Amino acid sequence: MKNNRYIVIVGCGRLGSHLANHLSRSGNSVVVIDKNEPTFNDLSPDFSGFRVHGDATQMAVLKEAKVNQADILIATTHEDNVNLMVAQVAQGIFRVPHVLARVFDPKRMEVYAQLGIDTICPTSVAAEMFLQAVANGAAGRKGANP
Amino acid sequence: MKVLIVGSGKTLYFLSRNFSARGYQVVIINRNPEECIQLSRQLTATVVCGDGSDADILKDAGAMGADALLAITPNDQDNLVICQLASRKFSVPRTVALANDPDNAEVFEKLGVPGFSITRIVGSLIEQRASLEQITNLLPVGEGRVNVTEIVLDADSPVVGKLLKDIDLPENALVAVVIRDSNPIVPRGANDLLAGDRVVLITLPENHGPVLKAFTGEQF
Repeated sequence: MKNNRYIVIVGCGRLGSHLANHLSRSGNSVVVIDKNEPTFNDLSPDFSGFRVHGDATQMAVLKEAKVNQADILIATTHEDNVNLMVAQVAQGIFRVPHVLARVFDPKRMEVYAQLGIDTICPTSVAAEMFLQAVANGAAGRKGANP
Repeated sequence: MKVLIVGSGKTLYFLSRNFSARGYQVVIINRNPEECIQLSRQLTATVVCGDGSDADILKDAGAMGADALLAITPNDQDNLVICQLASRKFSVPRTVALANDPDNAEVFEKLGVPGFSITRIVGSLIEQRASLEQITNLLPVGEGRVNVTEIVLDADSPVVGKLLKDIDLPENALVAVVIRDSNPIVPRGANDLLAGDRVVLITLPENHGPVLKAFTGEQF
């Protein structure tokens, strides 16, 4: 995996700041966008990327973050609709080759999968892991106590 | 015709009232329980309380059989997603999204959702009125292929004092109504035109300029 990509991360909450710190540390050029400036405090001291303060649903803000040059855009805000809109704009208008959006609502995810937007649904991922743990736990107990 | 409107505030209220008065079946989706109670008391519309970008709420509101959906919330991202869900998941034939940020009107169009910006519409109306006080574009009909325009004739107008049949009117134009002292007249060739008359014209975009010139004497 090359480590000198230009990556735009929208939303600097727990997930966004974690990704930004990690990707910046591994040598990528990272830009973080958030409309609440204090969230930038979650970036680690060795974060070497840029911070853009603004609402990513506005074209002007995406242009300021030079989304047109990005290799990857990851939309991680806590609002599904913001992530979906930003992902579509990045993919459809700025032609970003790789776009990912966090979407909490599994029903919304289906529709956007049809539109060719790559989404990650924390709800489905967590549910699957819980279900697996429950199944394994049940199997384990059965194994221990036949 | 069944219309779904997602939004809040006065725009939502007056639009719904307007549509209901025209005999449309209106369903409102609004997130605020108190506003929903008020709306259901004031309007004949059905009110569904919830997030319009949630597929279950759209389903409850009967999106499946709706003829049109209007998303006019204050958040552009919500308006976009609401329209996309409505057209993709529920096959609503016509959806329109409000672009609060005027730049987003084009973004929506590029993403396949018809969008409009109130800022732009009001802005261009003000410009038109400010530059040509005597001319009012009433409404574009047929997706803008027909213009309905109102002109107030001043004393310098080349048509004042003439009979309608003597006016050299370009093709594909019609004087639909003359309003004189607040009395509307549907004119025939033998009617004359006087200063102060308000003339309602029907034109096509290609002859709009020449027709205005014929009535005002000014170049457009």
